[in-house]
Amino acid sequence: MSKFKFPNSIISRPVYGVLKPRNGKSHLMIADAEGAEALFEIAASNTAIMAKSHILYFPKNTGQSYIKKLEKLNAAQLYIGPSYEASVSRLRRVLEDAHVGLQVYLTGTESLIGQAMQEIVAAGIPHTAIQTEHRGSVARRMQCVHCKGITEDVVTDPFVCSHCGLHLFVRDHYSRRHAAFQGVCVDAENPGDIPDPVELYS
Amino acid sequence: MSIQFKKETFRNDYTFKNSQWAIDRFPFPFHEDSYMYSVNMEQHQGGPAGSVFEKRFDVDEHYLAEMEDRALVLAEDPLRCQSLPHMTLAGWDLLELIMVSKSEDYPDLFQLHREGNNWRWINKPMKIDDQFVFMDETTLPYGPMEYITRQTQGDFAVLDQRDDNLWMDAGMVTTQADWSLDFDIGMNFFEWHAPVPKAHEMGIFVRALKFLLNIQQGSPARRLNWTMTVNPLLDTSPENYHKWGVEKSTLTVENVGEKQHLRVELQTFFRLPRSNALVFPIRCYLIRLEELVTVPKWGRRLHRIIRDLPEELATYKGFISNRPMIQEYLSGFDDGQPTSDGIWPD
Amino acid sequence: MSAGTNKIAVTVTDIIEVNQLVKRFKFERTGGGDLPVFSGGAHTVVEMLDKEITRLNPYSIMSDPMDQNAYTISVRRDDKGRGGSLFMHHQVRVGDEMVISYPVNLFALDLRAKKHLMIAGGIGITPFLAQIKQLTTLQYHFELHYSVRNNTVGSYVDELTSFYPKNTHIYYSDDGQSIDLEQLLDGQPLGTHVYICGPKDMITWVYETAESMGWPREVIHYEEFLAPQSGKPFEVLLEQSNKTIQVGEHQSLLEAMEAADVDAPYLCRGGACGQCETNVISSEGQFIHRDHWLDDEQRKSGKKIMPCVSRFEGKSLVLDR
Repeated sequence: MSKFKFPNSIISRPVYGVLKPRNGKSHLMIADAEGAEALFEIAASNTAIMAKSHILYFPKNTGQSYIKKLEKLNAAQLYIGPSYEASVSRLRRVLEDAHVGLQVYLTGTESLIGQAMQEIVAAGIPHTAIQTEHRGSVARRMQCVHCKGITEDVVTDPFVCSHCGLHLFVRDHYSRRHAAFQGVCVDAENPGDIPDPVELYS
Repeated sequence: MSIQFKKETFRNDYTFKNSQWAIDRFPFPFHEDSYMYSVNMEQHQGGPAGSVFEKRFDVDEHYLAEMEDRALVLAEDPLRCQSLPHMTLAGWDLLELIMVSKSEDYPDLFQLHREGNNWRWINKPMKIDDQFVFMDETTLPYGPMEYITRQTQGDFAVLDQRDDNLWMDAGMVTTQADWSLDFDIGMNFFEWHAPVPKAHEMGIFVRALKFLLNIQQGSPARRLNWTMTVNPLLDTSPENYHKWGVEKSTLTVENVGEKQHLRVELQTFFRLPRSNALVFPIRCYLIRLEELVTVPKWGRRLHRIIRDLPEELATYKGFISNRPMIQEYLSGFDDGQPTSDGIWPD
Repeated sequence: MSAGTNKIAVTVTDIIEVNQLVKRFKFERTGGGDLPVFSGGAHTVVEMLDKEITRLNPYSIMSDPMDQNAYTISVRRDDKGRGGSLFMHHQVRVGDEMVISYPVNLFALDLRAKKHLMIAGGIGITPFLAQIKQLTTLQYHFELHYSVRNNTVGSYVDELTSFYPKNTHIYYSDDGQSIDLEQLLDGQPLGTHVYICGPKDMITWVYETAESMGWPREVIHYEEFLAPQSGKPFEVLLEQSNKTIQVGEHQSLLEAMEAADVDAPYLCRGGACGQCETNVISSEGQFIHRDHWLDDEQRKSGKKIMPCVSRFEGKSLVLDR
């Protein structure tokens, strides 16, 4: 299943929608892994849009599964990269030439959506004008509030900070600026009293 | 009277104490025997002589010690003070507001001399005498917000106003009740309050935002907020929670009166003129329970508040596990007598 | 909290006839002293004591926001209006003492913008004059597109084109010139914000065109103060105050409440800020909603009215004031 319905949470936690084609002279679509399926749906709903679209896609663990079909969308530009990180300078270059009216569509994991949004907001598009649709893994990108290090692909609560080694509990409080949820020391008041890790949304 | 600045610490050996003067003027936050969230705003246009409400930016005996503590926090973690690029103008607005207010309200302590944009600022307690060019960042040792808030008690959140919302786009935050500026910077009013339980459902934030968006130049407002802190620790930050959290477990029946503090925030709100931003100073006042119960009305009332507080709020305010001990201690100062309305001692 | 904002006592120290339609008024603090600095786009509400009527009209402050010696405003004469602009044009003299409000900004610049694109029509130029001075001081990038009938009634055209020749584009509609909006909006760099001040049709035109070209609503800013319109007199029961008031033909509901000493909050007096929103307890008749504040659903509900610009026709109206 590539679609997951997140339970209601606090207001800072991002809420994802369903990508819809919008008016605009050009379109930028950034997706990873199962996010490709959301691109297929938007292409099916509006066939004209692809000729004006630039797609950046990162297969992650889905390998070749979606590549052929993505190529068949006949986007104006299709870039398939090994990782989002590797594409950042390319993305910044693309945004330098972009104009107001560019429509942005982000889909896939929360980590990808969040990080791409950081760049696009920095380029001057309000975050509320960026469409997002979650697909695939529910793993989280977490910031350790203590050492500030980011731990990717967190799937349990609590988890161990990959930088400072503290055991952190997973909050729903989310920062767009860090593109991360907040991790806070779980045993600060009773050192060593660490609950067993539970899988997120299990 | 001239203020006797104290040499004291808010960490390690915790030598912080209130004088009788400071106890008498403590901003006790409860106007009745029960507590629930409310928008509780009033105009910030002075108050009773000698009270913390009298001046625009209250200066008290803890000034120098608090500024030393702030410098220590910043040396350890410069991310406690941040300003997004578009907020520099608001920083100048804030610098002007504080310099003008303090030099008018405390002429024996602070002086501001202006000739056009050539300004001279004298802060006698901190032995500062600086000349700079207003609106020229290169003539100050720090950005304008950081420069002036290193010399002013209380935390400062500087909020940009746009799209019918307020955005936490700059701040100096070293005496906070467990929230992180570095994490929350850039969030809107509802987002940075997201972790607060109940109040969203009660519509508190919608009403508060509406009020704050309409605060105008020359009409500042204020309210009180509160929590509980073990030891007089100003820097109860999430960043250092793994260090100070354990102190909550050191409370005993014997030391609760000495170690447990009521922490009160005097929150004020000023519209900033050039930037149309809103500054939200959050001034922290600490009082140990032993000091607080010397005012009989406050002892009685705090007991009733702590006893009857909904569990969610006690959890959010971080004292749920210590509540029985605090309640037990305070019960010794509650003889069941009625209390008078309002926050002032009888 | 009490209604409105703090007030400032000022003296009119200069009146300039800018052209046949517009007069400029200069206010200095009565008795001397600095006026507050403000942010570009702010307005002040000017109190006019016109015989038995107190008129309160908002005007954008057009002077340099950093200039604390004086504020200036420009008033376009509206011969068909309810009389505020006529009062300013015909009754106010140099040396008169008046009361104005502290500056309030409902049309602020978004200082995150990488470029400020301004579109003005007619007297809608005034807030931009202050904003341009502020942006120039801050060394921000701006571009002004200003549409007027002709040079004779084009307020401040000459000043703008001589001070900011590279940034200013003037369009004379009498000469058939008009802004090529699609061309203008196409190709603006990311981070551009557009600001519109002018007649309602112009605002709608720019807003809708920008939106259809994919501009996010957060980067489109506009200001339009509505002047209250005259209408049939009506009667209102104010339940909290326990008063029945008559709203005259040329009076707004807000003004009628003020005349009856009922505390009614306001900021813009032009249907934009939402401050005067008032709950309707009961009504039998038709609302004439003229504000920009209430949405269609609120209007349909019959439970809200904006007394600064909206009116009522019918049997009875009871308000929560």
